[in-house]
Amino acid sequence: MGIDLPLIWAVIILFGVMMYVVMDGFDLGIGLLYPFLPDKTDRDVMMNSVAPVWDGNETWLVLGGAGLLAAFPLAYSVILTAFYLPLMLMLLGLIFRGVAFEFRFKADEAHRPWWDKAFIGGSLVATFCQGVTLGGFIQGIRVVDHAYAGGVFDWLTPFSLFTGLGLVMTYALLGCTWLIMKTAGDLQARMIALARPLIWALAAVIGVISLWTPLAHEAIAARWFNGSNLPWFMPVPLLVVATVWQLLRQLDKQPNAAPFVLTLFLVFLGYSGLGISIWPNIIPPAISIRDAAAPLQSMGFALVGALLIIPLILMYTAWSYYVFRGKVDPGEGYH
Amino acid sequence: MDTLDALTLARIQFAFTISFHIVFPAITIGLASFLAVLEACWLRTGREVYLDLYHFWSKIFSVNFGMGVVSGLVMAYQFGTNWSVFSTFAGGVTGPLLAYEVLTAFFLEAGFLGVMLFGWKRVGPGLHFFATVMVALGTLVSATWILASNSWMQTPAGFEIIDGRVVPVDWLAVIFNPSFPYRLVHMVLAAFISTALLVAASAAWHLLRGRDSAAVRTMLSMAMWMLLAVAPLQAVVGDFHGLNTLEHQPAKIAAMEGHWENEPGAGVPLILFGWPDMQHETTRFALEIPRLGSLILTHSWDGQFPGLKEFPPENRPNSTIVFWSFRIMVGLGMLMIALALWAFAARRGGALYRSRRLLRFTLWMGASGLVALLAGWITTEVGRQPWVVYGLQRTADAVSPVGAGQLGVSLALFVIVYVMVFGAGVGYLLRLIGHGPVAHAGGHPPPSATAGIAALSSTRS
Ligand code: HDD
Ligand code: HEM
Ligand code: HEM
Repeated sequence: MGIDLPLIWAVIILFGVMMYVVMDGFDLGIGLLYPFLPDKTDRDVMMNSVAPVWDGNETWLVLGGAGLLAAFPLAYSVILTAFYLPLMLMLLGLIFRGVAFEFRFKADEAHRPWWDKAFIGGSLVATFCQGVTLGGFIQGIRVVDHAYAGGVFDWLTPFSLFTGLGLVMTYALLGCTWLIMKTAGDLQARMIALARPLIWALAAVIGVISLWTPLAHEAIAARWFNGSNLPWFMPVPLLVVATVWQLLRQLDKQPNAAPFVLTLFLVFLGYSGLGISIWPNIIPPAISIRDAAAPLQSMGFALVGALLIIPLILMYTAWSYYVFRGKVDPGEGYH
Repeated sequence: MDTLDALTLARIQFAFTISFHIVFPAITIGLASFLAVLEACWLRTGREVYLDLYHFWSKIFSVNFGMGVVSGLVMAYQFGTNWSVFSTFAGGVTGPLLAYEVLTAFFLEAGFLGVMLFGWKRVGPGLHFFATVMVALGTLVSATWILASNSWMQTPAGFEIIDGRVVPVDWLAVIFNPSFPYRLVHMVLAAFISTALLVAASAAWHLLRGRDSAAVRTMLSMAMWMLLAVAPLQAVVGDFHGLNTLEHQPAKIAAMEGHWENEPGAGVPLILFGWPDMQHETTRFALEIPRLGSLILTHSWDGQFPGLKEFPPENRPNSTIVFWSFRIMVGLGMLMIALALWAFAARRGGALYRSRRLLRFTLWMGASGLVALLAGWITTEVGRQPWVVYGLQRTADAVSPVGAGQLGVSLALFVIVYVMVFGAGVGYLLRLIGHGPVAHAGGHPPPSATAGIAALSSTRS
């Protein structure tokens, strides 16, 4: 058989999850930044900057789930069972913030603060739980006989709590730089001021996770520091440092889109680092993409669709972003 | 016993979350097509009423859509969290189907929704119409894939079992499995009916309060034409659907009819009302019409079909539930046909817009589409028990190895959150409907009448 279906599917799923992180990341980040901006007009602008696109962003999460079920049903079953509670909490968080987009503008004055809180709380819970799941995933999942064999709270460790915090920082910075790009005037100035501490915090988080992961996981340490691999992987940490430096420099100029693009690149680097650590296991530490693969007929059938349709999706998504390009005008069209 | 409790909780959780979810998609599917039709009418005739109605219903659409998305997100993950054994077993079939739904439908809906709701000032009318049509198309494509998946679980085809899991061998047979065409048509019609009834009821509400306007009349008239076209059709499709079920899931039909055993050589009566008693294997207090059961299900005077006693007790679905859910659906379906006919007759001389009795009946029927739709799903799903994949895997064997504790906690959270969030959402929907369509003088489309969210405008030069 010429083509390596499990490999291609693993790449597609990694791509889908990355799209999710970079796209839903900034709109979850908007929710995380809400507490810093109590003013109603600012909040309206912030929400309007993502209102036309957030649903599409979230769809990448659905694709991640569906792709996993289609290509690696075993992994889907084990991972979702292992992270039952954080994933359920994430879904509940996404419910609250998702409906807040609509309800906030429909509620009367007395209830609006309530939906503002739902938006903040929902974004925070969803982000934190995603981070915790990520951390738990890196730690590994106990599997016996093709079924999850761990306990209810296996995912709950200092490390996973820290990755939860790390993701909150990441999304907050994404949201912050997005707003630098999409707003002007006072709101933009405050975002620029906020970006600096966020960048430092995120740099610290990346540093800690980069040390903690190989220290706590021998296999990951071996992967990175094994003599022949290191030169290949070294660009990743070096680029991280360079990107952070560039980010800080950009803030001093009249920044517009650059900080956002740089932050996206930073996220991409962090994501690659993670991929390097785990590959080729889909359920760390032991189950590889081949063990978990669906029947070839299933993977092949779904692959045809994925390869034909994902480029199309990217095209009309890009078009939609293009239609809504430019800064949000706060003076227009409120009810 | 721990596993038993976990099973019950997982089932309650699934039934609870899907029942909430399906209400929103049904209205999404119906309204998306309605909006596309309204915009087409506006583009063709240039009449303002259509545009006013578009803006009115698109607000309701966007709130409803938001609730559909978040409740659907939960569904996509629940297969793994609560039914992981099922997912490992049948994921080879249901996974690709769900993946195609995401790729061809969810992205399409989400990608064009932004332009449809917020893009009035940013794209021309033609492109805007295209966006609306893409969203409407997305909802229908979505229904197609998810119903292919559900129908495959009801009437599996095109697969082999290798190493204890399902391996698809013929995708066309998987997708176009025996019950799929019937279920798809029946469900899409149900969505159109539910929406038409909702639109009609809101018009009736305004007319009853003396708020008469061209827009209100237009929406009542459009909804009633729709109902007249699809309500009778639904009964015909339902009849075919039942025949198909008799062929593939005879135990379900026996349970729906409360039919326990055949008398040699005699036709089967239709039990209008009664109380199927699973323990004593009989239907109590039965009010019967002789031979009508044979007539409906075999289209012959004394044809017979299997009774429940022909199936071992552990393979019988709960007749008490499906007997009644089926009757609620069909009963409401008959009332809808009556309403459609009455409204048709009342068109002459304009009584449609004035007869308070007709308007009140229309108002009362407002939610009946959704009630019938839920009753229909309960019939279908409870009637296929004890199987989750018919004849292949029992529901009891499909549940995840999660403890009852986790399931209990998450179920309690879901109930609280759903009641709160969707309760508030339905409240907002009703309030929006209560405001009624607003006439915009002048030919310019309003900046964005949707979601109350500001239109975005480019101030960057
Ligand atoms: C007959 C139609 C139908 C049925 C039976 C279902 N759905 Fe649904 N679903 C839709 C029709 C639909 C829709 C019309 O396409 C929705 C409603 C509102 C929306 O945004 O799209 C939707 C939304 C929706 C979403 C959010 C999509 C997004 O992010 O845009 C997900 C993940 C699911 N559904 C998943 C499911 C699952 C796993 C189901 C089965 C258990 C299910 N749906 C039953
Ligand atoms: C959309 C409307 C639907 C409704 C209202 C509905 C309702 C229900 C109900 C009430 C049950 C519980 C039956 C019982 O436990 O006795 C059930 C079971 C189930 N349904 Fe559906 N269903 C719907 C659609 C679907 C779809 C589209 C799928 C699959 C793609 C599906 C998959 C299942 C599964 C896996 C079960 C077994 C778990 C269980 O027994 O609870 N359902 N459904
Ligand atoms: C009026 C005559 C009707 C008849 C004879 C009829 C017949 C049926 C039958 C036999 C089933 C069970 C299919 C199976 O799983 O084996 C069914 C299911 C269902 N019905 Fe109806 N029905 C009627 C009206 C309606 C109406 C008015 C609605 C909603 C507006 C509706 C919505 C549904 C839904 C959503 C299902 C579950 C999905 C499916 O299996 O198609 N039905 N119907």
